Amino acid sequence: MAETKWTKKDLLSMEDLSVDEINLILDTAEEFKKVNERNVKKVPALRGRTVVNFFVEPSTRTRASFELAEQRLSADIINMSASTSSLTKGETLLDTGKNIEALQVDLIVMRHSAAGAQQFLAKNLRCGIINAGDGAHSHPTQALLDIFTIREKKKKIKGLKVSIIGDILHSRVARSNIIGLLKLGAKVTIAGPPTLLPKEFEKIGVKLCDNLVDAISDADVINLLRIQHERQRAAYFPSISEYASIYGINADTIKYVKKDALIMHPGPINRGVEIDTAIADGDQSVILEQVTNGLAVRMAVLYLVAGCLG
Amino acid sequence: MKKGCSYILEKGRVIDPQKGIDQVLDIGIEDGIFVEPGKVKKPVRINLKGFIAAPGFIDMHVHLRQPGGTDKETIKTGTMAAAAGGFTSIVAMPNTSPAADTPGAIEYLKAHAETSGCVNVLPAGCITKNYEGVEMSGIGGLKKAGIVALTDDGNCVYNNELMEHVLVYSKTFRLPVLDHCQDAFLSEGGLVHDGFWGAVKGLRGIPSASESIMVARDIILAEVANWKVHIQHVSATGSVELIRNARKKGIQVSAEVTPHHIALTDECIKNFDTNFKMNPPLRGEDDRKKLIEGLQDGTISVIATDHAPHTITDKMVEFAYAPFGVIGLETAVSVCLTELYHTGYLDLRDVVSKFTSGPAEVLGIDAGTIELGKKADVTVLNPDFKYTIDKEKFYSKSRNTPFNGKKVKGRAVATIVSGKFVFSLIDGISGII
Repeated sequence: MAETKWTKKDLLSMEDLSVDEINLILDTAEEFKKVNERNVKKVPALRGRTVVNFFVEPSTRTRASFELAEQRLSADIINMSASTSSLTKGETLLDTGKNIEALQVDLIVMRHSAAGAQQFLAKNLRCGIINAGDGAHSHPTQALLDIFTIREKKKKIKGLKVSIIGDILHSRVARSNIIGLLKLGAKVTIAGPPTLLPKEFEKIGVKLCDNLVDAISDADVINLLRIQHERQRAAYFPSISEYASIYGINADTIKYVKKDALIMHPGPINRGVEIDTAIADGDQSVILEQVTNGLAVRMAVLYLVAGCLG
Repeated sequence: MKKGCSYILEKGRVIDPQKGIDQVLDIGIEDGIFVEPGKVKKPVRINLKGFIAAPGFIDMHVHLRQPGGTDKETIKTGTMAAAAGGFTSIVAMPNTSPAADTPGAIEYLKAHAETSGCVNVLPAGCITKNYEGVEMSGIGGLKKAGIVALTDDGNCVYNNELMEHVLVYSKTFRLPVLDHCQDAFLSEGGLVHDGFWGAVKGLRGIPSASESIMVARDIILAEVANWKVHIQHVSATGSVELIRNARKKGIQVSAEVTPHHIALTDECIKNFDTNFKMNPPLRGEDDRKKLIEGLQDGTISVIATDHAPHTITDKMVEFAYAPFGVIGLETAVSVCLTELYHTGYLDLRDVVSKFTSGPAEVLGIDAGTIELGKKADVTVLNPDFKYTIDKEKFYSKSRNTPFNGKKVKGRAVATIVSGKFVFSLIDGISGII
């Protein structure tokens, strides 16, 4: 394979990445995973670099994962949230970004509730931007850690059947996974209440399925999404309990799942809703390994992006 | 207005769709009105060979932002933009702050248009108080004050009963009702077309059905009231079909389309550029084709810009937080000549009609044609004028155009209002602006 060089100052979405770039991140993450398994887990790769974790939309796990990744790379870090920034005082996002940049910051890791916010800022700032989730649009490091986990377990991506189940309409995790997996040659099915399955995805080669059994029967990977009550403004399905009974993975439906299929979830999980406890904690679940791999993937992304900053 | 010079516009190809004229003719102008070319005293002769001389263009959908939004546009800058784009008359939308829902507000607009405007400003009044869709505004009083139409533009009148009463009532005053058709629930929180690009980019959609449902509602009520309803900025296939069928049945429904809906699709939002965020949103290629078909068969008789100025600060924000709207006065004619005439979809006469006889008929105003003894409003076109649109050259106070950098062919090269050149690119003739 030809040597791929990372040339982007930002990581904004899976749409922007070539297959080679995705593989470069995954390969780099493998190296960082080894670092994380050592007794001494810190490397000097980002020593002297300053990273701002700018979380305009609240986050716990992604933010913790990024913070730890930055610390393990020896970066100096500052954490800002919407409430600690001047956005609450009426400052525009662009002005906040320019103020952060004026502090000679190298990288901004950013989450925002509005789709495209990071892309907008990246276009207008010199410092690097890593997208930690923008609205329903993109969450590239989540997709990369999911793909990393699949590749580690299945030794390939091409040709695998991956079913993503749940609220696809409002999910940046789904969008990023779909695009990344399709680029790498997987066959992607989305399933869930039909009101939450954008039929437009058929145009890029995604199979839509409103029947859970059909979606899981021959899947190599089943990625379950959290049903997000907080984003449900209108009625897309009758109730959480009906969702659990029709689209949940439980003792009844696990029978249809292949024995070697991986069960994934980006977290936080709703036990008893999209997944039953026994299955979440069972042999086929790789949910906690995803968390472990997320750290390595984020270290890889930080390392690569920092490498092409001035 | 002051008396203008006397002119003979010579050797131009005169296209007046209402009169059915399309031939090389001379046009005489004296004291601001059209006269027989042979009877003009001491005329300045202007050679328009190779150009089109058309009745003054009308844009029946313009936001001047004064009062209340003068950081975005003013009556002065907005009318200058109109003149530079070839428009001699514009209809000012009433969703200003305060809203144009009282005779006093209309007097304010007329007074400022008289002193600082360089084209004809025709006021529209709110259908409901503060365009809130709750209580009917003083429609009779607004008519006396000089409005030419009623609209709650920016909002739709969601209440069906109220809309019926408005249509029945406004007929008495011969005021067309212009409606911004969208369903409140289907459009809530929507940012872009509910289609491929919205789905991929995770931007909440405004479905086509949101528009078409209200178009159907308006058609039903127009039939009940036996009065004129005009559908603003039609964007969706379904709406075009509904309007076409209703017009065949003789229901008094008309429709306008914007240049951006003719020229662009929802793919434009793929980089989250807020200069492509407008309501109704840019829709799919199928819709775009259907809109052009609607222009071809006469279902859509008007092209209007929905000129909606916003400051750079307003637009330089997250896509979700940016206001809807783009400016259009200075690009409309060029974009339409490029996308409709040079592509072969419409002939010049049809393009001209969408800017002249089309809106004049909807509004029931004495304009849009060249008539001896009437106000001499003329738009001169050079259909082969090639240039690249540059937003920094706009007269408008705002820069929120989706067409910056677009290469176009054709433009208005002179705008004559009541016999005065307010804008001119013609050699030897200078305009006021």
